[in-house]
Amino acid sequence: MNLEIALLLAQDGIVNGAIYVLVGLGIVLVFVVTRVIFVPFGDILAYAALTLGAFERHRLPGTIWLVITLALIASAMEILRNIRARQAERTARSLALYGVLPLLPLVPVVALAGRELSEPLAIALTLALVLPIGPLLYRIAFRPLSGAPVLVLLMVAVALHFAVSGLALFLFGPEGVRTQALTHAVIRLGDFVIPGQTLIILVTCGVVSFLLFALFTWTTVGKALRATAINRQGALLCGISPSRTGALAFLFASGLAGVSGVIVAPIATLYYDSGFIIGLKAFVGAIIGGLVSYPMAALGALLVGLLESYAAFWNSAFKEVIVFSALIPILVWRSLAFAHPLEEEEAAAEEEITA
Amino acid sequence: MRKRFAPREVPTSARVTMAFLAIVLFGAAPLALGGYAVTLLDYIAIYGLVTLGLVLMTGAGGVISFGQAAFLGIGAYASAWWTTRMGGSPLVGLVLGLMASALTAAVLGAATLRLSGHFLPLSTIAWGIAIDYLFGNLEALGSHNGIAAIPPISLGLLALLSAKAFYYFAWPILAAAMLLSSNLLDSREGRAVRALRGGDALVESLGIDPFRVRLSAFVTAALLAALAGWLYAHFQRVVSATAFDLEAGIEFLLMALIGGAGHVAGAVVGAGIVTFLKEGMQSFLPLLTSNSTQLEAVVLGALFILILQQARFGVVPFVLRAMPRVRSTPAFESAKPLSRRAPIPRGTPLLSIEAITKRFGGLVAVNDVGFHVNAGEIIGLIGPNGAGKTTLFNLVTGLDSPDKGRITFLGQDVERLSAHQLARRGLARTFQHVKLRPAMTLLDNVALGAYGRTRAGWLRGALRLDRSEEHAVQDEAARELTRVGLFNKWQERAGTLPLGEQRLLEVARALAADPALVILDEPAAGLRRLEKQKLANLIKALRSEGVTVMLVEHDMEFVMNLVDRVIVMDFGVKIADGAPHAVSADHRVREAYLGSEAA
Repeated sequence: MNLEIALLLAQDGIVNGAIYVLVGLGIVLVFVVTRVIFVPFGDILAYAALTLGAFERHRLPGTIWLVITLALIASAMEILRNIRARQAERTARSLALYGVLPLLPLVPVVALAGRELSEPLAIALTLALVLPIGPLLYRIAFRPLSGAPVLVLLMVAVALHFAVSGLALFLFGPEGVRTQALTHAVIRLGDFVIPGQTLIILVTCGVVSFLLFALFTWTTVGKALRATAINRQGALLCGISPSRTGALAFLFASGLAGVSGVIVAPIATLYYDSGFIIGLKAFVGAIIGGLVSYPMAALGALLVGLLESYAAFWNSAFKEVIVFSALIPILVWRSLAFAHPLEEEEAAAEEEITA
Repeated sequence: MRKRFAPREVPTSARVTMAFLAIVLFGAAPLALGGYAVTLLDYIAIYGLVTLGLVLMTGAGGVISFGQAAFLGIGAYASAWWTTRMGGSPLVGLVLGLMASALTAAVLGAATLRLSGHFLPLSTIAWGIAIDYLFGNLEALGSHNGIAAIPPISLGLLALLSAKAFYYFAWPILAAAMLLSSNLLDSREGRAVRALRGGDALVESLGIDPFRVRLSAFVTAALLAALAGWLYAHFQRVVSATAFDLEAGIEFLLMALIGGAGHVAGAVVGAGIVTFLKEGMQSFLPLLTSNSTQLEAVVLGALFILILQQARFGVVPFVLRAMPRVRSTPAFESAKPLSRRAPIPRGTPLLSIEAITKRFGGLVAVNDVGFHVNAGEIIGLIGPNGAGKTTLFNLVTGLDSPDKGRITFLGQDVERLSAHQLARRGLARTFQHVKLRPAMTLLDNVALGAYGRTRAGWLRGALRLDRSEEHAVQDEAARELTRVGLFNKWQERAGTLPLGEQRLLEVARALAADPALVILDEPAAGLRRLEKQKLANLIKALRSEGVTVMLVEHDMEFVMNLVDRVIVMDFGVKIADGAPHAVSADHRVREAYLGSEAA
């Protein structure tokens, strides 16, 4: 391996890492606020990529059927809940929130799909379309299970992944999609070429990370999310509704998944089931970072990206073996670096798993 | 003083009848069912074995593993390779598979089972994926094509070719494994496994090495999975890496959770529900839609979510709630009680601490402190907030080691020993923030205390060869419960007790260890007046029985009326040591507690 190849691989690794950073941020955000390890995150990413691909091919994206289905189920659950709680007067509000609001993006989508769209417009429509998916999934699958052990929530997330990715196969078929490049510009540094696409990914990653940072530091909403993450009970006592912060976390996750999908789609062919492994690797990165601190999660994600890129060059058949085997010593090291008191508390919270 | 209690709510004869009916039902099932259904049942037996390992490890022990499919694969590939490439017999293949699996589990477990929090489950994903990719890329194992033409298992001249013949082989194996597992969970080591969930501090204080117990559970689960893999390879007659991927590993966890990870029966129920639903979808959906293959995952996923939402702890506990409770009443009498420690003559030095110092960065939490505790004494260690009591406590109980100084316990240097080693030497403790296993009964919680005094291992527990010792343990636990006045609640869950009684339960658990020294960490904290009185009476009663007690306390009044000698700490230094009345007159003590002006 000479320097040039090493640099190329590093560039590859950093690009992958940047995407893992975005995905990892979303997964960590959802986890700390709701204790759900949001496996379908990667599926939403795939939906975003496939949706953009559908727009480019002048087709109506199948995503609308997912959103419609979820909105119907969520509305039905809300109505049922209102009836049971004898709060029928809330029905109009529930319907507006879960039946109408998520379907609003469908109006421009249905009106414009099939025409030649400018890339920014297609991207905007894609993001608008995937945005409701997260909160709807939260309402349907996770809100009825608030307070359940993390493992149960995780298994529900896995089952949800089966359902959502299965539906993607039904709606989009088994073909992969690779969207057009966002830019063809390149930057030359001597012999070394940096594609504009790479820069777009890095800049997006940087900007989105900064926006999230700003959100958490300077806005009330962000502070409410952080408060819930740090101490659910305490946040509740301060009047922060856990189900509202939960829905918000899922909304942000949906947005992050949409953005990630849009920037990955031009550099990799994505299939209906590509999201899972991307999510898994991002999750691994986030855990290396400790699942608590965003900058550390970002570093962990970059590390996974680099590891993957070099392992692929070294021995592509054994790429995954190398990446995942290399993780074990890293995990051991990170675990040793961690303080232990946290573990006791977590373990205590897990106590009642088999009541 | 102790009486026989509540009769069994379900008499033995009914249980025997139920077991008999189950055997007849399962025995006759293949005769009534078609070949396809029997094949499904065969797979359920195989998956049930893997899931059973998860019930032991995850449901009971709290160790989450996504990698069980890898052990299934090791068992399957080992025998497939041996019988096809080497032309060996399946039985030797089984032994090879079990050995390879146990060895792999031991190595992986040694490397990862000390991981905390989310690192451990994640590492199981990592090695699960790595092992599966290895299967798919090793030429000796047929790479992506896997291994085909695996011979069936033969018993004498009978080859287990048909699904029915295999059924009568696989289900008895599963039934035996379930019986052994259920025995195990009800034994000394099983209690230790069940105690793992909820943090290691308590487990260590009972003289249990949590790492060793975790590793044993991990290897046991791997062995069950390898056994299943052997059955799988010789039933399916072909193996390939896709059957052992991460998705399969996740599915086994799903089976455990859907069935009920807290119950041995949950393994087979979960495996049954998941397998039948999957297969059912394949035959039922095509009747409804032409896109059945794509929609299968959707419907399945939705069904799994629905089940978990309706029964978040699994189907088995969900059903059990509706049924009459089956409880076996322990005998509470044993021919041979647990042996007790030889009585230590009053006044013998038990614990001596010589000039120990512990620093945290620039802070000297304990500075050159020394004192001793003699047998038969009740000692109080007091001091205002931040005096260094907790640090000292951690040093004495082995949770931390001093930077300088010596600690001797029963004549041996112990300052480098871990908490569980110290517990084995006769040091029992309670916790300031009560640590119990709320889902276990009072009796089981106290029986945990006797772990260090007993010997029965995994095999003896699983084979029920531990009964005389186990009866002695239950007898002892009942005795200690009586001692603290909680015997009438022996079969309630510890989590249902009010705080005061939880503290008494902790004392009972400590006493069950037959300790040379009992250390109580702020036992009066958070107690109401009457509860404090009850606790004080108990401690007085212990003194009259010759038990040595050290109290680390905040509550002056509580301590002063109770102890023989008080040690006072302030800012990491010992400022007084003597009889309560002398100490309370000491001006340095008054200064520490009341401020300089009062002195």
